[in-house]
Amino acid sequence: MTNLYAWAAIALIILASTTGDVLLSHAMKRVGDVGDLWKRRGMLAVVARILTTPTFALGLMAMAVAFYSLLFGLSWGNLSLVVPASASLTFVANAVAARIFLHEQVGRRRWLAAVLVACGVVLMAV
Amino acid sequence: MTFRKYLVLAGITVFSTAGDSLLARGMKDLGGVSLHHLSALLLAILNPWVTAGILLLLTFFACYMSALSWADLTYVLPATSLSYVLVALVGHFRLHEEISASRWLGIALIAAGVGFVAAGPSVTSSRQRRKSRAVASDTLTQEVER
Repeated sequence: MTNLYAWAAIALIILASTTGDVLLSHAMKRVGDVGDLWKRRGMLAVVARILTTPTFALGLMAMAVAFYSLLFGLSWGNLSLVVPASASLTFVANAVAARIFLHEQVGRRRWLAAVLVACGVVLMAV
Repeated sequence: MTFRKYLVLAGITVFSTAGDSLLARGMKDLGGVSLHHLSALLLAILNPWVTAGILLLLTFFACYMSALSWADLTYVLPATSLSYVLVALVGHFRLHEEISASRWLGIALIAAGVGFVAAGPSVTSSRQRRKSRAVASDTLTQEVER
């Protein structure tokens, strides 16, 4: 039963952190190259532009949800199950979500990288 | 990709690892925090290890946002996953933890993944993006017509 709770928390962590990463990435693509903007307009302009991008705030909120789900997940399940399972599956979920929502070109190279890293993260925790 | 951009990616890796380690070190001083004494978490900021950890994690977040402004999410995430390897190596050399065979294999897989993604393009150009969007809407209209 507790295992079911742990996996529910893991699913929530993956969903929330993928949502957060996609939203933050969307926001920063809209802001544009931060280095260039800094050179042209200064640091305050960069900060103002980021803070006024709506998807940035939404992304931060999703990240906060992911963080609290992790805390709940850790209170229900083992550290050695929750952390590697959520971290490795998030890599794969992000590749899928980035392709669908951000229209990134996820070629064979990037799929392979996501899967290799996901497997590696699981092995690190064994 | 310029040298400075590679530095930002390295910054993500190093600052997230160092920030997490410092936080963990500070939280050990505090001992277990029970759900009934959540105010103890507010006082945790007064611990110098925790303060330093939070500062490093803020630096990590700034580097991460900077990287996302000029590179794809599917590039940044695998490219910075060396932080998992870094944690293991820090544990091995500073805390003298054993690294088992399966962990070495994990390190090798992560390193291979990083190599794969880093050798490829770092950002999807807006033309390619429009093209994939057009393809997506084409298949959608075809399905609707059917």
